[in-house]
Amino acid sequence: MTPIHVSRRKFLSAASKFGAALAVLPLLRPFAAFAATERNTAAFSAKSMSDVIKAYGGADAKESTEITITAPEIAENGAVVPVTVESKIAGTRTISVLVEKNPAALSARFEIPEGTDAYAATRVKVGETSNLIAVVQTADGTFYAQKPVKVTLGGCGG
Amino acid sequence: MKRVLSYLLLSVFAASASAQEIDPTAESRELMGDDNPAFFWETRGEALWKEARGPKKANLSQCDLGLGKGVVAGAYAKLPRFFADTAKVQDLESRVLTCAETLQGITPAEMLKVRFGNGDDQRSEMEAITAYLVSTSKGAAMQVSMKHPKEKAAYALGEQIFHYRSGTHDFSCATCHAESGKRIRLQALPNLTAKADAQKAYVTWPAYRISQGELRTMEWRLNDCFRQQRFPDLQYGSEAAVALTMFLAKNADGGVLEAPTMKR
Amino acid sequence: MSDPMRIRASVVGDKVEVKVLMAHPMESGLRKNADGSIIPAHFIDRVVASCKGKTVLAADWGPAVSKNPYLSFRFSGAAKGDMVSVTWTDNKGDTRTDEAAIA
Ligand code: HEC
Repeated sequence: MTPIHVSRRKFLSAASKFGAALAVLPLLRPFAAFAATERNTAAFSAKSMSDVIKAYGGADAKESTEITITAPEIAENGAVVPVTVESKIAGTRTISVLVEKNPAALSARFEIPEGTDAYAATRVKVGETSNLIAVVQTADGTFYAQKPVKVTLGGCGG
Repeated sequence: MKRVLSYLLLSVFAASASAQEIDPTAESRELMGDDNPAFFWETRGEALWKEARGPKKANLSQCDLGLGKGVVAGAYAKLPRFFADTAKVQDLESRVLTCAETLQGITPAEMLKVRFGNGDDQRSEMEAITAYLVSTSKGAAMQVSMKHPKEKAAYALGEQIFHYRSGTHDFSCATCHAESGKRIRLQALPNLTAKADAQKAYVTWPAYRISQGELRTMEWRLNDCFRQQRFPDLQYGSEAAVALTMFLAKNADGGVLEAPTMKR
Repeated sequence: MSDPMRIRASVVGDKVEVKVLMAHPMESGLRKNADGSIIPAHFIDRVVASCKGKTVLAADWGPAVSKNPYLSFRFSGAAKGDMVSVTWTDNKGDTRTDEAAIA
C-alpha cells in the first residue's frame, strides 16, 4: 500500500510552491490526518508546558482529575519510561505527553479521531527526576495532569 | 594501586547490608509487559536460521541441538551437553557454530565477524540466532545432564574458573557473586552459587538491555564480567566459556526459562 | 532497511486494542560519538494508523520517544479479521508501513 505519510509530504511540497495554499493548512489541523499537517516545530522545541500549549494556539490550561497518567514511581532506566495517559474529559481531541525537565518538554502528541479512545500508551526518555505532564485539548479548552517520576539512570547515558 | 583496590572493594561491599529488599524497578518492567524490542532480534534470528546461506547454500534447520535434527523448541533448557559427533560438551553458541560450519560451510570466524552488536548498525548474527533459539524454549525448565564424564568435567572446570582469582584486582567471579545480598551501588549482585539467584540470573538471558538499546546474550554477560575483573578476553565458544556456562546452567536447574527479557 | 513493525491488534470487549513496536534508533541529536562529534538526530516524527480506510490514530513525535518505540491505543468500529495498518515516517524522510489482522 502507499504509505500515507509520504503522500502527505508530497502534497506539502507541492503546496509550498503556491504560498497562498499554505494559509489554509492550519485550518485542516488536527483531525484530517490524511491532509497536510505541517510539523509544529515551535511546540517540539518549547521548554515549558505553557509554551507547548501556546504553540498549539491554546491558553490557560486547567488541572484536571479526569486525566490519568500511569507511569512507574521509580523508572528502571530513564531511557525507557512506560507512560499511559487516559482522559475521561468529553470531546478529547489530542493528548500530549510532556517531560517537564527534558531539554524539549514535548515528547509526543496524539490526535484522537472520533471512534478512538482518549487513551495512548508509549515509552519516553526522561533525563532526570521530573514531572510527567499530560495535556489534553478539547473543543472547550486545555487541561492537564502531572505525575512525578524518579530516575536513577538518566535517559541519555550508559 | 592498593588505594584503588580498597576503594573498589569498599564500593562493592559497602551497601551489602540491604539484602532482600524489593526490586524498586519491577514496576517499570510490569508496565512494559511482553512488548519487548528483543522481538526484532528473534525475528532476524529466525530468518537467519531458515535462510539458505554459505558455500553449501543450506539453512540451519537440520542442526541437532541435542534433541535430534531440526528440533529447536526446548533444546536450550538442556544445554550445555555432550555431543557425540564432536566428542565435546557444547553450549548453544558453540553448537550453532558447529552447525554453521558443517551444514552451511560458514566458518566460526565468519559467523563471529560481529561478536556483539553495538545497539546500532553493527549487528551480530550470532546474537540474533541465539535470541531466536532461546525464545523457542520459553516456559521450559532447565534440566542439564551431568551423566557423561565430560559433562562432569566441564562443570568442575567451570566451578574452578568461577573461583579462580587473578587479574590486577585479584578478583574472581566468586568475589562478587558467591554471597547473598551484595550490591554495587543500585545493582544487586546475584549469588550465583545459590539456587534461587542462579536460576533467576540464568533464565532471564538473553535480555534487551535498555541502557544499551541492544539485545545481550549470556555470552556477552560473561565476556563483560571477565572484562570487569580485568581477565583476558573470554573466547566465544571456547572450552572455558562452555565450562563456565555449564556451571551456571547446572546451578540453575529447575528454573523456568523466561528469556528474552528486558533488563535495565 | 528497517525491520518490520510488530503489530498486535485484538478485540477486547467492544473495542480493538492495538500494540505496536517499531525498530528505530530514535537518536536525539544530543548524544556524542566516542570522537566527540554529535550523532545527528534521527527519529520517527509522524505515525498514522488506519483501519478500513479511516485514520484511527495519528501522532507527532519528538526525539524523546524511546528507542525502538512502543505505541498502544484503542478504537471501536472494527472486527476480527479487519486489517490495521501503521505507517511511520522519520525526520530523514524514511518511511515504513506494516499491517496486521485483528485477532
Ligand atoms: C567486580 C565485580 C564482578 C565480578 C568479579 C564479576 N561480576 Fe558478574 N556481575 C557484576 C555486576 C555489577 C553485574 C550486573 C548487575 C546488573 O547489571 O544488574 C553482574 C552480572 C552478572 C550476571 C548476570 C546476572 C543477572 O541476574 O542478570 C552473571 C551471570 C554474571 N555476572 C556472571 C559472572 C561470572 C561468571 C563472573 C566471573 C567470570 C563474574 N560475573 C564476575 C559484577 C561482577
